[in-house]
Amino acid sequence: MTNFNLTPLPPYSFTWGLRLMRRWEVLLAVLLLLVMVGNSFLSPYFLDPYNLADATANFTEKAMIALPMALLIIVREIDISVASIMALASLLIGLAAEAGVGVPGLVAIGLLTGLAAGLLNGTLIAGLGLPSIVVTIGTLSLFRGITAVVLGDRAITAYPEAFTDLATMKVIPFVSLEFALFLALAAVFALVLHGTVIGRRLYAIGLNPTAARFSGLNVRRTKLVLFTLTGLLAGLAAVFLTARIGSTRPNIASGWELEIITMVILGGVSIAGGAGTIGGVVLAVFLLGMAGFGMGLVNVPGIVMSTLIGLLLLIAVAVPQLLARFRRGGEG
Amino acid sequence: MRRDFILAGVILGLALLIGWRAPVFLTLATLDDIATDTAILAMMALAQMLVILTRGIDLSVAAMLAFCGMAAALVGQALPELPVGLLLILGPAVGLGLGAINGAFVAWLNVPPIVVTLASMSLYRGATFLLSGGLWVSSHDMPAAFREFPTERLFGLTHLVWLALLAVLLAYGVLRYSRFGRSIYTYGGNPSAARYVGIASKRVLFSVYAISGAVAGLCGALWVGRYGIAFTDAAQGFELQIIAACVIGGVSIAGGIGTVLGCLLGVIFLGIIGNALPIMAISPFWQMLIFGAVILAAVTINRQKGRAAKIILRPKTAEGG
Amino acid sequence: MVLTVEGLKKSFGAISALSDGRLSLMPGRVTALIGENGAGKSTLVKILTGIYQPDAGSLRLDGVERVFAAPQVAQAAGISAVHQETVMFDDLSVAENICAGHWPCHTRGWRKGMIDWTALLAQAQAVLDRLGVSLPLQARCGDLSIAQKHLVEMARALCHESRVLIMDEPTAALSHREIADLYRLVRHLKTQGIAILFISHKFDEIFEIADDYVVMRDGAFVAEGQIADTTTDALVAMMVGRAMGAIFPKRSVPIGAPILEVRGLSHPTEFEDVSFTVHAGEILGFYGLVGAGRSEVMQALFGLTPVSGGEISLDGQTLRVNSPKDAIAAGIAYVPEDRQGQGAILPMSIRDNITLPLLERITGGWLLSPKNEGAIAETFARRLAVKAPDWHCRVDTLSGGNQQKVVIGKWLATTPRVIILDEPTKGIDVGSKAKVHDFMSDLVAEGLAVILVSSELPEVMGMADRIVVMQEGRPYGSFERADFATNPAQGAAMLARAATGG
Repeated sequence: MTNFNLTPLPPYSFTWGLRLMRRWEVLLAVLLLLVMVGNSFLSPYFLDPYNLADATANFTEKAMIALPMALLIIVREIDISVASIMALASLLIGLAAEAGVGVPGLVAIGLLTGLAAGLLNGTLIAGLGLPSIVVTIGTLSLFRGITAVVLGDRAITAYPEAFTDLATMKVIPFVSLEFALFLALAAVFALVLHGTVIGRRLYAIGLNPTAARFSGLNVRRTKLVLFTLTGLLAGLAAVFLTARIGSTRPNIASGWELEIITMVILGGVSIAGGAGTIGGVVLAVFLLGMAGFGMGLVNVPGIVMSTLIGLLLLIAVAVPQLLARFRRGGEG
Repeated sequence: MRRDFILAGVILGLALLIGWRAPVFLTLATLDDIATDTAILAMMALAQMLVILTRGIDLSVAAMLAFCGMAAALVGQALPELPVGLLLILGPAVGLGLGAINGAFVAWLNVPPIVVTLASMSLYRGATFLLSGGLWVSSHDMPAAFREFPTERLFGLTHLVWLALLAVLLAYGVLRYSRFGRSIYTYGGNPSAARYVGIASKRVLFSVYAISGAVAGLCGALWVGRYGIAFTDAAQGFELQIIAACVIGGVSIAGGIGTVLGCLLGVIFLGIIGNALPIMAISPFWQMLIFGAVILAAVTINRQKGRAAKIILRPKTAEGG
Repeated sequence: MVLTVEGLKKSFGAISALSDGRLSLMPGRVTALIGENGAGKSTLVKILTGIYQPDAGSLRLDGVERVFAAPQVAQAAGISAVHQETVMFDDLSVAENICAGHWPCHTRGWRKGMIDWTALLAQAQAVLDRLGVSLPLQARCGDLSIAQKHLVEMARALCHESRVLIMDEPTAALSHREIADLYRLVRHLKTQGIAILFISHKFDEIFEIADDYVVMRDGAFVAEGQIADTTTDALVAMMVGRAMGAIFPKRSVPIGAPILEVRGLSHPTEFEDVSFTVHAGEILGFYGLVGAGRSEVMQALFGLTPVSGGEISLDGQTLRVNSPKDAIAAGIAYVPEDRQGQGAILPMSIRDNITLPLLERITGGWLLSPKNEGAIAETFARRLAVKAPDWHCRVDTLSGGNQQKVVIGKWLATTPRVIILDEPTKGIDVGSKAKVHDFMSDLVAEGLAVILVSSELPEVMGMADRIVVMQEGRPYGSFERADFATNPAQGAAMLARAATGG
């Protein structure tokens, strides 16, 4: 028996994160680099700071939701209703704007709507113990349905300029408020997940919910908080999306849940729970965002983009399984 | 069983209520419409039930429907002389292949079903776009027989309804009288214990996804013929309605529990709501909202309190017996 | 000779579960497979039934070399088993559970190949008749009692045309009367020429029913022979590899003030009117059959299940325990029975397992402090002599005994006043077992109160100062050490009777 292996490290600690960096995250980073190089060949203006700043706008809102979604998937839950929460939040922001509410009020309404919607998901799932897939498919329909019923065929476009300026506001040159906020959130999420008691508990719950409960962790409350947080950030994303496109239609952000979940899984978060890093998710966010932007540069339709995402996701989940099988086969 | 009665009662009450507000609803013609309209949903929901019984989920069904429908329509357009039967077989044949890809990932690569079918959902939808070049195939490009087949009548009922009835019988027969069907329940009830009683789990898993694909394929060909159009976004979001029908019908997402009757009642329930709204002059925008509310209500009612709970205490008087 | 195996080997990762499995079974004879938990018996059974594939070794059926690549193959070859794990489909009927996996089909007519439900019911009824029991065939299995479920599993094994029947601890959850029925059945099967492999920890059973024996220790064959030629002491010596007296390091410790008092604790369906007191320096044993409600009482004490009535007090103060967090804060620790499912988080490191319940206490806030955590983990890992390269090791790379030490270490780190050990030595190797027992003596010497839940009579009798016996969710009686320790044979009989109501 050869013993060339290093001491195995737990799959959730910071050090393991670093080790994984050598595999999954590095692969993502290399792909991201390739995409950036490819994009700059496609368009000489790609690396122009204005252009790059523009590029980030297309995925920042999804990226904001990907962060709490990663935590949810780590604790073995999922939220399919996020895009519908955005629609509902955007609807209420729009109605408030029509009623003449000021910018701080609109932002607050967006956040509160998201919070309330997330709380509803959390209560049904953590409180009543219902399966998250079914519940969030239900609320997906419900929230989107409410938006459709209220809006009917019309769209809300009467947003004050001060509100739509939120989307273009720069904190420093070339860095939008929205993007800076995402980076700050990512840093906070990374710190919480990899450096605090909360993060350790999330991994423990994802790896073995029963043993976590037997160790005195409040699994239900944790899940309730995570669903509420996901709703809150969906509300925040809705504020920026509404400001950016300046209109609210019933199909706003339609289908985004898929892209967000893909970002998280491609980022190395295991759907079985208990594994994944924020670093990986952020890299996946950039990879998908930049690839999408590059394809936009050469007028590739959005649906081809989502086809490739689907393919990429299948490959991403199949390769580790195939490798493991290959390795097992090699030993035996 | 008891919840089936309750659901049937709710459906009956709902139908009477709607009929009271809009008497046209309770005519044979309307019921015939509802049956024809929900036939595809019924077939898809039954196939989805097989998947859910094994603790899985197939989110890619609507995308498979669109792809197979498009494939059948394109072939019909290119070869108008082809007999309609061949086009109708083409759908499920292609669907079987797509479903088999899902099944292989789930059964042999152990990838969670939700991830596999989420990915293949966008993949198949995109493949439909590539296949058609983003163009529509409209009714006058399709052979007439292909367009007419779904709504043609046999003994007073449309082909769609006959096919749905056949699907119900087949599903009942398979689930009750075949080893495969019982293996589905056995596996879904306790996957790890299924090994001990010698159930070929991987084959069962693979098969349910392949069947789900084949049924989606057949429905794709029928869908395109019935609505006279094939396009990339056909039946978008239909998977949610299908899953909703199962959940309302009492199929447990945790696996192992669900009946053909329950599933069928769930389909009828959604079919009635979908058809009643226009009759009662309610905006169709309400449909999604109502579906959402009904899913939440159904899953809350179905909640199984302490499924694993055991009863240790027995009445003292019964001891020593 | 129906079935002969030699030199079977099986390892999982770095852990070798079986290094030399050897066995031969003869038609019409009962062979007892004897060995401590962790001796490799269950692994051997799983190889014989095609659930595991051996890494090496040979398996011959009627002298022909065979490979059981899947459970179906072993079943078809006539080998069936009642496993230690519950193989039960709660949502299927009794009849279908009995016939699961080999449903009878119509063989002719238009229904050829379809499941014959009439035949299925008849077949299930026939098997139950052979067992001499009656169960409602159409009832949902999830609604049955544990003993009834056990009968369903027995019936399933007999449903095959089996030539070899393996019974892995079949009596663990049965009452005296049910065990007597089982003996009758086993004798009946013998006359039909079936070879039976009987796995049990209880020597009275082995001497009652077995013809031959095979002893295993630490994953390897030790000895075989005829039951008639041996004695309990000889078997035990082969099994443990040392003398019996050394097993239980019971030390006499002065018993102090009462720490935990429980009065009339009740639960709607699981237990009723449970009262007891544990003192400082005392080991209180809880004995009963599997499923008698002991773990349920302990889990209620620990705040995992809500109770419908009763009172808990600690040091004379009434205690409200609504969650494990409350219990931990009050100084109650619970080492659960299911080590891998409830106790340890296997893919986490030793350190992270040990510090999980007390993260807040040792970090002084929210930020993790690897230094403090490492120090605590090291202290407790050392104290329990966990065998591992270092505390970064994932717990699933450790042996069962060391996993258990990590779990106990985790709970000691919370500095409890009362520690509840639920089947603490189930499935761990002899060395670790002795360590755990020794450690219990240390704990009470330090003034802790220990509650020991165990289904192993020698263990409770060896370690406890007092034993509460539970039966079907109710306390059946309480016995002082003087009652059972002075004459162990009489004491054992008394406790066993109390537990089974026989």
